[in-house]
Amino acid sequence: MNKIGIIIGREFNERVRKKSFIITTLLTPLLMIGLMVAPMLLTQYTGSEQKCIAVVDDSKLIGQHLQSNDEILFEQTPLTIELARIEYSDRFAILHIGKSIMENPGDVRLYTNSTASITLEMNIASQLESVIEEIKLQRLNIEDLPSILASIKTNINLQSYSNGTPADSDSESSTGEKANSSIVATVVAYVLSFLLYMFILIYGVMVMQSVIEEKNSRVLEVMVSTVRPLDMMLGKILGVASVALLQIAIWIALIMGVGYFVMPELIPDEMSMAVAMLQQGASPESLGTDTNMGLLQAIATLTDIGYLMKIIGSLLVFMVGGFLLYAALFAAIGSAVDNPQDAQQLQTPVTIPIILSLFVMLSVINDPTSELAFWFSMIPLTSPIVMMARIPYDIPGWEIALSLGILIATFIIVVWFAGKIYRVGILMHGKKPSIKELWKWMKY
Amino acid sequence: MELLKIENVTKRFANHVALDDVSLSIPRGSIYGLLGPNGAGKTTLLRIINRITAPDAGRVLLDGKEITQDDVRLIGYMPEERGLYKKMKVGEQAIFFARLKGMSHKDATARLKEWFGKFGIEEWWNKEVGDLSKGMAQKVQFITTVLHEPKLLIFDEPFSGFDPINANLLKSEILALRDKGATIIFSTHNMSSVEEVCDHITLIDKAKNILSGNVDDIRHKHGANIFGIDYRGSEEVLLDALNGVCEIMESKPSPAGFNKMKIHIATDDQVRDVIAKANESVEIRSFSEMIPSMNDIFIRAVNGNL
Repeated sequence: MNKIGIIIGREFNERVRKKSFIITTLLTPLLMIGLMVAPMLLTQYTGSEQKCIAVVDDSKLIGQHLQSNDEILFEQTPLTIELARIEYSDRFAILHIGKSIMENPGDVRLYTNSTASITLEMNIASQLESVIEEIKLQRLNIEDLPSILASIKTNINLQSYSNGTPADSDSESSTGEKANSSIVATVVAYVLSFLLYMFILIYGVMVMQSVIEEKNSRVLEVMVSTVRPLDMMLGKILGVASVALLQIAIWIALIMGVGYFVMPELIPDEMSMAVAMLQQGASPESLGTDTNMGLLQAIATLTDIGYLMKIIGSLLVFMVGGFLLYAALFAAIGSAVDNPQDAQQLQTPVTIPIILSLFVMLSVINDPTSELAFWFSMIPLTSPIVMMARIPYDIPGWEIALSLGILIATFIIVVWFAGKIYRVGILMHGKKPSIKELWKWMKY
Repeated sequence: MELLKIENVTKRFANHVALDDVSLSIPRGSIYGLLGPNGAGKTTLLRIINRITAPDAGRVLLDGKEITQDDVRLIGYMPEERGLYKKMKVGEQAIFFARLKGMSHKDATARLKEWFGKFGIEEWWNKEVGDLSKGMAQKVQFITTVLHEPKLLIFDEPFSGFDPINANLLKSEILALRDKGATIIFSTHNMSSVEEVCDHITLIDKAKNILSGNVDDIRHKHGANIFGIDYRGSEEVLLDALNGVCEIMESKPSPAGFNKMKIHIATDDQVRDVIAKANESVEIRSFSEMIPSMNDIFIRAVNGNL
């Protein structure tokens, strides 16, 4: 046991002290934020470029109601369309509204001097539609039309609650009726299971490469005389796992820290009051209807400590479980080959379940309680990633516990077999073994 | 008496036999040389002793009992291809290996400083192993192998990659370890090191043990009764005197009068007769048996002329 500790220490120190670890740990969150912010900035930037459109209105009804906005500047012109098409060839486009537009919605044309985007066309079309609809409504000559319209205007805010059993709500009064935000659940599920996928793959392959390197440098031959091969393998896997955990911990701390200091700045006081009341179980109706309930719920969910602890806790548990399982397999592969090229082929059966779970995860996010979701979150090779995609939605605790139990049991069995391959593999040189031979080594 | 006994060990690889029914016994407290040309099977034998590979037949006994994995942990083994982490600093790495062998961090550091001083490599402590030359890395490897003072030390080609000065340093350290009570096995094809260092040898060629025993015994046994005479006086007189008593192999007169002659005496009881006859005819400065070097024996044995 003591020797495993020494090996874990070496693996951990060697990796954590590397510049590349420090750089990736600090840069990855920045990169992720960049990836999220960049498209927003980009759309804002391109959206601000106003396009000038000349309007030839033969119906004399609609043109003056068109509203210029950030995207489009409408310019009325008395010219005929033939003249306008020549005169305004420097404008982005010329919009020709026909005489019979009120009866025939197809009597409108856009002559562009370059290519128009779909959003631009939709923008123009929807403006035309609402102008025409309004004119038609006015022609009906209804009294008090604006007040009638205002009184029937409705915005639906659907609030979803997790339906805890009454027994649950006895112990903790508000859990049964706490509002949860499905948007947050979807985003969290997606981000976390993808994170898990990346960690298992990147750190798993890292274990494999490090075994190959040790094998080639003959370090293993010196070590094998002092340390049991199984201890060597476990030490390496646990050492790399602790590096992965440290990285995740730093990221969580960074996100929490940024969230703690930046969130209150961004959110107006009355909104954070409302969020706090929501968290304490207040009904949304009592908060008034002028605020955006979806946003409130999202913030409430994200700042709910209980929810966060559950998510972070399961992330760590499933990350460790999934990583240990796959790392043992990767270590066995690394021990069996002499160079990374040879590893490619043996690696495929191990990487397929990882990639499969990513695909399953994409469907699970849409339907976290389906049978597919249930079974793939129980099968140990796919369970870490698929389960991580389900946990942000409230799923029964026993499913999480069962999945974890199966995962741990599988891990123990796999380590035992991987250890056997490892024991034989690390001292074999020269030829690339087939899967059949690996099977033989297991029984050796 | 013997610490390690190898009994009828055979090891076959896919298309050749690496060891064919090899037996040998290694006395406690000796320095045992494993000689043989490249590819003879020396490294395979060392790996079998360390339980890195398993023999197809035969067994290895330590103190009369079959060797186990736990015993192997008491062996200090230095493989020929050096097993060090390239990207790790020398000092940290040495401490890491020492701790794996059960030393405390403090003990390991103290003893390492001592050894680094002995080899004059203190300034390497914070260098990465990848930056060291082969010989330098080998010194570090040697230190990590012997640091915890195991009772049995196994070196695979310890002298390869060393300049003569460092090879001598290594030799004296190996002798010092033996004097402290360690038993040492090493493989080599560097014959001069064998004469200076080894007490016993085994010569392996084409997977077989072809010669085994105490170094002095072997050399005398294969001396073949060849003697050298240094003398002053007439070459012809001496040739006449020895005619019919022994076979003259070579005669080198020198203008300065210090003549040399190499003779072969058929049987041991004729030696006194030859000396008497020579003594009567010329002034003998020296008369000595020409013991073959291990190098000669090695070449003769491998060529099958022993």
